[in-house]
Formats: sequence, structure tokens, C-alpha cells
Amino acid sequence: MPIMKVRLLFFAVLRDIAGTDMRELAVDEGTTARDVWQSLRNEFAKLADYTPPPMIAVNESYADPETILRDGDELAFIPPVAGG
Amino acid sequence: MSYLTDDPIDPRALVERVVRPSDGAYVLFEGVVRNHHDGKAVESIFYDAYRPMAEKEIDAIVREIAARYPDVALAVVHRLGHLVVGDSSIAIVASSPHRAEAFEACRMMIDRIKETVPIWKKERGPNGEEWVGWQGRC
Repeated sequence: MPIMKVRLLFFAVLRDIAGTDMRELAVDEGTTARDVWQSLRNEFAKLADYTPPPMIAVNESYADPETILRDGDELAFIPPVAGG
Repeated sequence: MSYLTDDPIDPRALVERVVRPSDGAYVLFEGVVRNHHDGKAVESIFYDAYRPMAEKEIDAIVREIAARYPDVALAVVHRLGHLVVGDSSIAIVASSPHRAEAFEACRMMIDRIKETVPIWKKERGPNGEEWVGWQGRC
């Protein structure tokens, strides 16, 4: 099965939890944004209770959690925004 | 033209950028850091952003409002980084031949920016710091 590379960006509270602002992921074909969120919940206890993913951005645009990732995509989970 | 800055906002410069001789009114909105939130004291705020996406989202909002209010000239800048109480975090100018559209466009701009633009703030006070909007989620 082909392995694809995805760049995962962390912002705000998620960067504090992950301890980094970026991570390169190798994912299987067919992996969705929601799958990546699930793996983060498994990895970080602070996210364990947060079942639905926050808003999701793929390549700098809001996207559906079921979006299937493609090689070279840039993925970011968007915590509740608080601009202004 | 970037909508984001790491420097203090100069609202006069923003006004001068958009106001035209044909305009009869402009509305200048500034959001400022307040010293309290949800009953807790706030001393400073750190604003973080997904910068390229925030630029795109703000640009889409500017275009949306410009299409809705074609006579209104708009400018907006959002500051990022560490701000203290009283600092302006955002400034919006809506300039128009008549005041009604300027008020409406300005109000719509700040409301829409608060909805979708990927900008976050971490409030710091005497009892620690926390990301706004994340409380109770972890």
C-alpha cells in the first residue's frame, strides 16, 4: 500500500499540548483527517475526551473531517477561534 | 497588502488609506485588550494565527462585504503577538458616501472575522494563562 506524506500543523492550545508546531506524518492511502485526529487523541491524554475533531483545514481551507488526505497535503486542526 | 501585523496598529494610517474625497463618513472600529474575561483578571494576551490561512479568510470576508456594500471602502488589520491591556488588537475602517452603510459594513466585518478567521488568544492573568474557547474541552 502506498505511503503518503502529510504535514500536520499545530496551533494555539494544540501546539502547547503537542509540544511542537509541525510534524511530518506518513499515512496510508485512504486516511482521513478524522483518522489523524483519532491518532492524536490516542497519543495525548489531554485530547482523549475530545471526540469530534475541531474545525479542520486542508491546504489552508476549511475541510470536512472525512476528507481523504493526499500526498503533500498540509493538515491543521483549528481550535475554537478567538480573533478580534 | 497583509491583514496581519506584529506591530502596534496605526489607526490613522488605516483611515488615510481608504477614505476618499467622495466619502461623507467613515467608521473606525478598534478592538482593545480588556482587563477581565469571565470574571477573571487579564493582564495580557498572546494572539496566535495560522497566518496564510488567516490572510485568505480575512480577504474572503473583505470581498464578501465589498460585494454586499459596493459603495463602501474597507480596510482591516489584526495584530498578533503579545498585547497588554489597552492595546488595540484589531482596527477596521469602513468609509462610505453615507454613514448607514459604513456602520453596517464595519459591524459585519468584525462579526464575520470573529466567526471563521483562524486566530487564537491566550489570556494571562495573576492566576495563570489559558486559551480562550478551549476551557472545558480538555
